[in-house]
Amino acid sequence: MGFEEISHTADWSARIWADDLTSLFKEAARAMNSLSGTVAGNGPRVRQSFSAEAPDAESLLVAFLSEMLYLQEQKDLTFDQFDLRVASQWLKVEMEGTQTASSEKAIKAVTYHNLRIEKTNQGFEVTIVFDV
Amino acid sequence: MNIENLIQISETEWEIPMYIRSDMRVPVKLFVTREMLEHIINDKSLDQAVNATTLPGLVGQVIVMPDMHQGYGFPIGGVAATEYPHGVISPGAIGYDINCGVRLLASSIDFESALGEMDKLATLLNKYCPSGVGKEGAIKLNLKELDQVLRDGSRWALKNGYATEADLARTEESGSLEGADPNKVSDRAKERGREQVGSVGAGNHFIEVDVVDQIFNEEAANVMGVYQGCLVLQIHCGSRGLGHQVCTDYVQSFQNAVRKYEIVLPDRELVCAPMDSPEGKAYMAAMRAAANFAFANRQLLAHSARRAFEETFAPQTRNWHLHQVYDIAHNMGKLETHRIAGKEVKVCVHRKGATRAFGPGSPGLPPEYQKIGQPVIIPGSMGTASWVLVGTEDSMTRSFGSCCHGAGRVMSRSQAKKQVEGNSLRRELENKGIKVRAGSLPGLAEEAPSAYKDVDMVVETVSEAGIAKKVARLKPVAVIKG
Repeated sequence: MGFEEISHTADWSARIWADDLTSLFKEAARAMNSLSGTVAGNGPRVRQSFSAEAPDAESLLVAFLSEMLYLQEQKDLTFDQFDLRVASQWLKVEMEGTQTASSEKAIKAVTYHNLRIEKTNQGFEVTIVFDV
Repeated sequence: MNIENLIQISETEWEIPMYIRSDMRVPVKLFVTREMLEHIINDKSLDQAVNATTLPGLVGQVIVMPDMHQGYGFPIGGVAATEYPHGVISPGAIGYDINCGVRLLASSIDFESALGEMDKLATLLNKYCPSGVGKEGAIKLNLKELDQVLRDGSRWALKNGYATEADLARTEESGSLEGADPNKVSDRAKERGREQVGSVGAGNHFIEVDVVDQIFNEEAANVMGVYQGCLVLQIHCGSRGLGHQVCTDYVQSFQNAVRKYEIVLPDRELVCAPMDSPEGKAYMAAMRAAANFAFANRQLLAHSARRAFEETFAPQTRNWHLHQVYDIAHNMGKLETHRIAGKEVKVCVHRKGATRAFGPGSPGLPPEYQKIGQPVIIPGSMGTASWVLVGTEDSMTRSFGSCCHGAGRVMSRSQAKKQVEGNSLRRELENKGIKVRAGSLPGLAEEAPSAYKDVDMVVETVSEAGIAKKVARLKPVAVIKG
């Protein structure tokens, strides 16, 4: 399980890999926080539920990460723990985090650009482009 | 793709012919030099331009400008026109920052005599024009007021004392797009926008004070009120979280629309819907509402900038006023009529990182610009020159009345961060006499001048190609960034 930043001329891109789909989603969330330099604070822990239905896993991934962006921008919350269940067309997640301590840069959106969750010999892999 | 696949038309014009890929509906026309092309082929922007040619209902060619670079789905610096009403509209071909654009305000304050005040001016601009990640704007609106902003754009600002009639006359579409429908904007988008009117945001957005360094077209500069050696101000920003959410919502919902209308595309970010479909009409109305939000946003920032100018210069001079030169969008979808193959055709011109550049006599220009053409504002990279141009007759016939939008990135953000240190860059800019107010040093490093193309070369290319004419070159003296 891990992620690496991929060079992109204008925006940010990350390749993410994990043993299973659930871990892939969690790692994608960590990758997004890392790219934007978003750090959770030491305040009281906050829990938040999120669920989504979509025609495919890629749309669920975009919906999940877009929800995190919204909570970061609007509620100033950063999530770092996830209890996540994902199937081919639905997602349920319990997120835990705190008020954001700091955030270096803003991500405008999670894009669908060439977005494909691929099954590999080791598990799953996806490359996400973030608009910044 | 390599250069050998392309056809050279002239020193500044190339074509990607339709036989390159079987799913292309139209060719790609590039306004670039060979030297630029040799850099452009290093990223994926040409593949993205070819992907854009698969949109249903395209007419003419997909056009790309010399500042082109890799984006997502559609390349930055791209222009595509789809025939109204059956052709498609694609949110990804407009971008998340709907109506990201630039406003230029000019003064008759002589820079040399204002040198001692520049620190104070930069500090006040930074104070009154909030910038940075998620920063709140100058005012907070309730939902009813926000709906008025979405419907009326800069007209709302005028009614509420943040604008003048002259400001609106010198704004694309008078700062208010017809057909905007707040009901097509999600509650979440409204929640994100409610507190952000009058804010710059982060990324490559900025407020910059410049001095007019060189005049190339005295007549046009005089009409605009742009004078050699005097201070001007640029505001570069867009529709903030509201626009980002509108695009996110519709890119997501259009994933179903492409299945419904059996549209096959090479990239899911290009999802689209026919303009005359319920989905297409809803996005068009929401996009226009977000565009109106952006016009109002830049108008409020202009109001705040005038406050900073007044407090700085009013004690010394009565002539501190900042008048509007023009406000222009570079991420937008607009219904326009263009002459294609000898016929007048109503099209939706998608411009993503491309500026409208209407020539003399075009509809919608204020009377004083009818003769000279529409002002085009090209911000350079931080610390380098910016340009004021005008659209030409040729831009109307060869590029759907469009031109470049900036310098264009050449280096990735990760590479820029590795090569440039924020503090050193700030010192370097200060040593050049540029006052810098920046919220994020890593953000500053990503926007380093070395990460961008040479804006002078970009402008030379569009000028040589005949799709814009040079009016004035601006030199930065203060930069405010999030």
